[in-house]
Amino acid sequence: MAYLELKNLKKSFGPTTVVQDFNLSVGRGEFISLLGPSGCGKTTVLRMVAGFETPTAGSIVIDGQDVTRLKPNSRNIGMVFQAYALFPNMTVAQNVAFGLKIKGIGRAETDARVNEMLKLIGLPDLGGRYPFQLSGGQQQRVALARALAPRPRVLLLDEPLSALDAKIRVSLRTEIREIQRELGITTIFVTHDQEEALSMSDRIVVMYGGVAEQVGAPHEIYNRPQTRFVANFVGTLNTFEATVRNADAGTLTLAGVDVALPEGGLQAKAGESVTVALRPEAVQLGRRSDGDIVLPGSIEDVHFMGSVIRLKVAVAGSTLSLDTFNRSDMPPPAVGAAIEVALSPKDLIVLQG
Amino acid sequence: MTRFLAWGTLLFGCTFFALPLIGMTEFSMRMLREGYSFEAYRVVLLDERFQQTFSYSVLMALATIVFGMLLVVPTAYWVRLRLPSARPWIEFITLLPLVIPAIVIVFGYIRLYNTSSWLPLTGSYTGTNILLMFGYMTLSLPYMYRAVDTGLRTIDVATLTEAALSLGAGWFTILTRVILPNVLVAVLSGAFLTFAIVIGEFTMAALLDRPAFGPFMQLLGANRAYEPAALAVIAFGITWACMALIQLATRFSKHTQAQR
Ligand SMILES: Nc1ncnc2c1ncn2[C@@H]1O[C@H](COP(=O)(O)OP(=O)(O)OP(=O)(O)O)[C@@H](O)[C@H]1O
Ligand SMILES: [Mg+2]
Repeated sequence: MAYLELKNLKKSFGPTTVVQDFNLSVGRGEFISLLGPSGCGKTTVLRMVAGFETPTAGSIVIDGQDVTRLKPNSRNIGMVFQAYALFPNMTVAQNVAFGLKIKGIGRAETDARVNEMLKLIGLPDLGGRYPFQLSGGQQQRVALARALAPRPRVLLLDEPLSALDAKIRVSLRTEIREIQRELGITTIFVTHDQEEALSMSDRIVVMYGGVAEQVGAPHEIYNRPQTRFVANFVGTLNTFEATVRNADAGTLTLAGVDVALPEGGLQAKAGESVTVALRPEAVQLGRRSDGDIVLPGSIEDVHFMGSVIRLKVAVAGSTLSLDTFNRSDMPPPAVGAAIEVALSPKDLIVLQG
Repeated sequence: MTRFLAWGTLLFGCTFFALPLIGMTEFSMRMLREGYSFEAYRVVLLDERFQQTFSYSVLMALATIVFGMLLVVPTAYWVRLRLPSARPWIEFITLLPLVIPAIVIVFGYIRLYNTSSWLPLTGSYTGTNILLMFGYMTLSLPYMYRAVDTGLRTIDVATLTEAALSLGAGWFTILTRVILPNVLVAVLSGAFLTFAIVIGEFTMAALLDRPAFGPFMQLLGANRAYEPAALAVIAFGITWACMALIQLATRFSKHTQAQR
C-alpha cells in the first residue's frame, strides 16, 4: 500500500506543459530521488506535492487522503530548499521551533523537541546563533531540523546540497540519509547529480522533458536502463550499432561478430539496426574465458584516476571507454598500443527508443 | 592639489548649509536686549497653542505611520510575491504624490468628501482628522513604499514565504513573524521620514482647518520676529533626531548583518 501516491500528474504553465503523465507510488519510509537535467520538471513535481503549484490534472494522495486541492499550510509536509531559507530574524532554536509553535505545541515539549532535533543534526550547542553566524552546511542542517521538527508526513528536499562545497556535500549526503532512516520518514529528494541519486536512494525516478523515463532501484537504473536517455544520463556508456539477425532468438551481428543475447526476444525485425550499450566496467582488456566476444582495437587515450584507469580504445570504427584496476606491478598501457578487448553478451543493454 | 580642491568643496558645502542655520540659531537667541538667552524658546514652548498643535501633529504622525504600514507592508509584500509584473505600475502610483501638489490632492478630497457627498467625512472633526490622516498617508507613500520595498529586496520573500507555509503558517503569521521583523529597519526609516513630513506639513492641515503644527508655525512666522526662528530650530532638531533614530535602528538590528 503506497503512502504517497502521485497519479497522472500534469502541469502546464500557459501553453507549455512541463510535467505530464507522472505516476509514482512511494512506500512509507521510502527515499525517492527525482533525477534529471535542468528544466525537466523535478522542482515542479516537488512543488505540486508541497502545494505551491496546483496540478493542471491528476491527483496527489498522502496516507489515503487526497491533498490535491489542500493548501500548502495544511498539508503537514516538510520542505528543505536549495537556498536554506532560514528565517534571518530568528535564532537557530527559534527557527526549529517555528513549526511547533504554529501547531500549538507547549513550551516544554517544544524545547525538548528542539533540543532533540539539534542533537540529531549534530549541532546541539548552536541553538542561540543566528543563521548568518553559520556556515552553509550548518544552515542546511538547521533547515532540515526545522522541516523535521513538526513531524511532517513527507519530507521534500529540492537540491539541498547544490549550494555547498564538494566535501560537505558528500558528508551531508550520508548524514541526511542516516537521519531519514532513523526517523523512517517518507522522502522525495530532487537532484541533478546522478552520484547523489545513486548513492542515497531506495528508488530513483529519472525524468526527462516532464516525463518519468524510468523508475527503479539505483542498480536497476544503472545496469538496466530502459531508454536511451536514461542510459546516457546515468553513468558513462559505450554504444554500438548492431544488426538484428533473428529477433525471436535474440541474435545480433556486432562489428562482424555474431552475438546471442541471453535474454532472447528483441522488439525489432531481422535486418534492422539497433543500438546496444555497454558500461565501461563491463569491457575488459585482453582475452577472457570462452564465450566472450573478443574484438581487436588500439589505445587512444589513457586517464589515470587512481585506483581505476579509464582507457579510450578504438574498436570497430567507434571509440569505447573501458575501466581497468590499477596494479602496482603493471604500468598502464601506452597510447597507440594494439590490444584486444573482451565483452560478454550478458552485459549488453539493448536500448529502445 | 585635488586633495585641496576636495577639502575646499567640502568646506564650501558645509558653510553653505551651516551658515543660515548658525545665523538663525544666533538670531533666535537675541530676543532679550541684554544678550543671548533662550527667552524665545521659553515663550514658544510655553505657548499653549504650541503644545496643542504639536501634540496633535505627533498623534497624527503616529496614526499615519501605523495605517501607512498596514497599507504598505502587505501591499509591497504581495506585489513582490504574486504580482511582480505590476511592480512598475505600483511604483508609478506611489510616486504620484511627488508630482501632484498637495493642494490639488486636498481640493480633490474636499470635492469628494464634503458634507453633501456620499461620504461626508468633512462633516465632523473625527471625519476630517481621518481624511487628513489619509492625506498624510498619500504624501508619505513615495518614501514609505520605497523604504519597505528596498527592505523586502534584501530577503528572499518567495522562499521564506514557502518555508513558512510548509511549516503550517498562515498569512497573518507570515506577515507579522517572518516578513515584518526582517523589514523592520526599512519600515522604521520610512516611519521617521513620515514623521518628519507630517510634523511640518502645512497645506493639507490648513485647508482642512485642523489645528496642526504646520499652520501654527506659519501663523507665528507671520506675526512674530524671534519665536519663528526658535521654532524653526526646534523643527530642525526634530528632523535630525528622526534621522539619528534611523541610523540607530539600522545599527541595532543584529540579524540583518548577514545581508551586508
Ligand atoms: N512559474 C512558472 N511559469 C512558467 N514556466 C515555469 C514556471 N516554473 C517552471 N517553469 C518551467 O517549467 C520547466 C520545469 O521547471 P522546473 O523548475 O521544474 O525544472 P527543474 O527540473 O527543477 O530544473 P532545475 O534542475 O534547473 O532546477 C522549466 O522549463 C521552467 O522554465
Ligand atoms: Mg529545480
